[in-house]
Amino acid sequence: MLEVPRHPALTIMKLLWADKFACIAALFLVLIVVCAAIGPYFLEDAASKLNLRGRNAPPFDWSQGWLFMLGADSLGRSILARIAVAAQNTILIASCAVFASLVIGGALGLIAGYSSRRLGDTIMRLADVIMSFPSLLLAVIVLYMMEPSVLNLVLVLAITRIPVYLRTTRAEVLEIRERMFVQAAIVMGASRMRIIFGHMLPIVVPTLITIGTLDFAFVMLAESALSFLGIGIQPPDITWGLMVSQGKAYLHQAWWLSFWPGIAIILTTMSLNLLSGWLRIVLDPVQRWRLEMGGKNND
Amino acid sequence: MTNTNSQYRHILEVKELAVEFHTANGRFQAVKNVSFHLDRGETLAILGESGSGKSVSASAIMNLIDTPPGYITQGSIHYRGQDLLNMSDVHRRDINGAKIAMIFQDPLAHLNPVYPVGWQIAESLRVHGVDKDKANQRALELMKRVGLPDAQEKFDAYPHQFSGGQRQRLMIAMALGFEPDILIADEPTTALDVTVQAQILELLEELQAETGMGILLITHDLGVVAETANRVVVMNQGEIVESGLTREVFKNPQHYYTRKLIAAAPGHLGRQGGATGLREGRDALLSVENVVKYYGKFKAIKGVSFDLMPGETVAIVGESGSGKSTMAKTLLRLEEPSEGKALYKGRDLFELNPKELFELRREIQMVFQDPTQSLNPRMTVEKLVCEAWKIHPQLLPRAKWKERVAELLVQVGLSPEHAARYPHQFSGGQRQRIAIARALALSPELIVCDEATSALDVSIQAQVIKLLSDLRRDLGLSFIFIAHDLPVVRDFADRVIVMKDGEIVEVGEVEQIFNHPAHPYTRALLDASPDADPDVQAQRREKRERERRMAVV
Amino acid sequence: MKSFIGRRAISSAVSLGGLIVLVFFLTRLTGDPTNLYLPLDAPMEARDNFRVLHGLNDPLIVQFGSYVYDVLHLDFGESIRKARPALEVVLEAFPWTLTLAVVTMGLVTLFAIIIGSLAAARVGGVFDRLSGIMSLIAASTPEFWVAIVGIFIFAVSLGWLPTSGTGTIWHWVLPITVLFIRPFGLILQVVRGSMISALSSPYVKTARAKGVRQRAIIFVHALRNGMLPVITVIGDQAAGMLNGAVVIETIFGFPGVGKLMIDSILQRDFSVVLASIMVTALAIFIMNLLIDLLYAVLDPRIRY
Repeated sequence: MLEVPRHPALTIMKLLWADKFACIAALFLVLIVVCAAIGPYFLEDAASKLNLRGRNAPPFDWSQGWLFMLGADSLGRSILARIAVAAQNTILIASCAVFASLVIGGALGLIAGYSSRRLGDTIMRLADVIMSFPSLLLAVIVLYMMEPSVLNLVLVLAITRIPVYLRTTRAEVLEIRERMFVQAAIVMGASRMRIIFGHMLPIVVPTLITIGTLDFAFVMLAESALSFLGIGIQPPDITWGLMVSQGKAYLHQAWWLSFWPGIAIILTTMSLNLLSGWLRIVLDPVQRWRLEMGGKNND
Repeated sequence: MTNTNSQYRHILEVKELAVEFHTANGRFQAVKNVSFHLDRGETLAILGESGSGKSVSASAIMNLIDTPPGYITQGSIHYRGQDLLNMSDVHRRDINGAKIAMIFQDPLAHLNPVYPVGWQIAESLRVHGVDKDKANQRALELMKRVGLPDAQEKFDAYPHQFSGGQRQRLMIAMALGFEPDILIADEPTTALDVTVQAQILELLEELQAETGMGILLITHDLGVVAETANRVVVMNQGEIVESGLTREVFKNPQHYYTRKLIAAAPGHLGRQGGATGLREGRDALLSVENVVKYYGKFKAIKGVSFDLMPGETVAIVGESGSGKSTMAKTLLRLEEPSEGKALYKGRDLFELNPKELFELRREIQMVFQDPTQSLNPRMTVEKLVCEAWKIHPQLLPRAKWKERVAELLVQVGLSPEHAARYPHQFSGGQRQRIAIARALALSPELIVCDEATSALDVSIQAQVIKLLSDLRRDLGLSFIFIAHDLPVVRDFADRVIVMKDGEIVEVGEVEQIFNHPAHPYTRALLDASPDADPDVQAQRREKRERERRMAVV
Repeated sequence: MKSFIGRRAISSAVSLGGLIVLVFFLTRLTGDPTNLYLPLDAPMEARDNFRVLHGLNDPLIVQFGSYVYDVLHLDFGESIRKARPALEVVLEAFPWTLTLAVVTMGLVTLFAIIIGSLAAARVGGVFDRLSGIMSLIAASTPEFWVAIVGIFIFAVSLGWLPTSGTGTIWHWVLPITVLFIRPFGLILQVVRGSMISALSSPYVKTARAKGVRQRAIIFVHALRNGMLPVITVIGDQAAGMLNGAVVIETIFGFPGVGKLMIDSILQRDFSVVLASIMVTALAIFIMNLLIDLLYAVLDPRIRY
């Protein structure tokens, strides 16, 4: 029962290895993040170099070299290179939006759950108002009014997602504060701060991270939809959603223009979903044994 | 036996049953080589603590073991000579509910919350082919039979609209539809108040006399066994350690485990130290005056006053709704009182400002009912105990923390290397020891135990009580000990306060309360708490019979 | 119950009021529609006339005041683009969206419940794994991409279905199918999880002890309990669709509220934007009430 304490990173790797799907998902996400981080430096040229002779070159035509294995777009640019470059904006927008909404929503949720009733109610009403907004409509209005820049896009997406974290955090806090170990801490004389940071956060944060992973996928899809509608990122910047949109006009001649960026979105979203499911188990001490014992017990 | 056309000897016969569970820690034998039998008209009790495999054995008879994770690996179960384990599902369903019926602990969870109770009782008849109208009619008769008031009006009510005792009556009605040969009762009275428990046990007894069914009673409670069972099977860690006639097993236990169990029965430990002459000429440590607590319009505590001397242990006993737990929480300022005073060393606890309260927190500590919940699952034992000194840093310099944790762990009967583990790696009794160590870390003078032993097995319960009394002796602590029935406090308390509906009905020294109870409610409570002695129970039963006959005349 | 509806109506009205204020001022900030509707060389006089006609000359706050006054008298203003009452324009578009939402959510609910329940009945079984993969893919797929791929395969390559527009029943097939996918994946997961916990609950044990058949245990005992959390999610998804399936309606040229809203914003046709918001808000309010009602019907412990 008593295990020798190991380095936490090693434990995580072992737990990841126990779930093969999550493992593949994590590897894929690492690849995407690497693309997003260094892709633009190496492939910027390939992604923007016009090649009018190679317009709409079909995929799997190896004569053009590996860069053109997924074909070329209407201006003869390598789709593979463009996907790699577009990863940066796509990932950047989604991660900033998720991070902002997680931190703001989580903080507000803690306050709403552990402060006076009136303040809590006010915060909840605000969340309701945001929730009752048709989020896409809000995005359209705001982005139409302001410049559709990366920052504004992040802002709009973050605001629409805040209520998700706020509600979850508040619900958890309300539940935890009734738990007996919190009462035990109060009996010992623990201050509010100690209870919030010592007892509540360690339980709330894993939940938030799990939701955040799932939400990352959602935000990515929302960003894609906005870009698709033409009110997200504007050319010459690109995201995967915008690539799908641009390819729509050439559907009759070159399906691959829209197809590949869509696949990139799906694979990333799917990986995030898988990873979120894995996280949910890993971060829950009651469920964690399923993975720890995973190899030995498969029936 | 009245049955003549049979080759079988017993109505239910379990032979060499073994059940295996596939869990995180590998394969685990929940039931090993268990054999017993049941005849019509008799009550067989399977007695055991948690993890003994008693419930699993019962589930096997009803085909209720989930596969996976559980597998029956060996043995046979015969009902009237028919092999239950090698029967088609369809055939098996014909027996479940009609020939063998089952009632469970916690009837609220075991009744479907979204269907009317009449519908649910009638369903048990409909699934075996009774048409709808007849089933409804019979369901109504059954509800009347088990003693539900206003059965007609309550036919379409939902489970949450009934009290705990009534819900168990509903479960019994549901089981009785076809006058089954066998009724399996899995801890049928565990969650109920003692007075309600007595009524339910009486009902079962009546019904047994009426229908001649055999009852298989699964329980951890020696008192219930002594009260109801003809024969008893004692199980420990998946195995039967002893079986025989109840009286013989209780009077002359053969196996050491049975002896240990009987010795641990609450009220039979013998006095655990306890001081005398505490009350003379000294100031009370705590003096509670006329405390009232409202929840909205509901008055949960209706003016309670009592004293606690230094070094004294006062038990507050009451059934659910008596206000005893609210009282404890009010004293610790987890709930704010509506009226009244609580003078601790002359200072009113209810008037303290936050800073003064913080100082006093150190002196008054609490041990909660369920250690699984009162220990933060994400903290190691060391962190749990050290939190006390993080909050009150003046108590102990950081350099000595580790050493003191080890000391405390030894003091509560654990070992120093346990400090690095997490609560879920311990058993229930060990967890409660950790909780006690945490309370001791602050060197308190008064410890409030809120049902601190209720969630524990009998033998563990006895150990924890022993630990608490050792601490009392060594450290001179005072205790307020909240409990829901009387026998538990007999061995430990100096004085007993009996509460009912938010009021104190009786206060007295332990001996006085147990030997000469003055208030009728105290007497009722004492009579209802089943004693772990079949002879005592037999006497009480006779007395009840006499009273009943007198009432009829 | 009445006071419950009243309370709900008030809190919804407050949210709606906030939304209207915000949208009113935000949309006005996007610019003056005059330049969009009149030719560049239109004389000053014509411009002034246009502004006066549509009340664009007054200070914003006055415009807002008169708008609120009109709305309270059930006058939702005039569509600049179509030169017709805004409400009329919206009510023309709304049934399309409503039908789309109702049919899609009906199908989603039906399939998700059946497949999810069967998956929960045998966790780890073939059905469960299949539904796991289905829901994972379905919940991960951007609908605009599916729409485009769908058009490419079924309309362009195979020529089985029309690419866009309305008219025949075939025009509905692609939009509904595409809209179906994401909510289906999501609700399937919720149904499965909820049913697993319902099926492992003590009352199911009681039912088994009574001799109830497996099918009745799943669909009578567990399902009604398991539906409670599912309904909430169905409500959220349906609300999203009532707000207009903007992307789908745009791709398929479907004359619903979503497309109307986007077009109206792009054309600065403010009255129509506001009228559509109010109509959909009312629809969502009614739907939420129905859901609360359904809650109370399914679970007798809930009383308002």
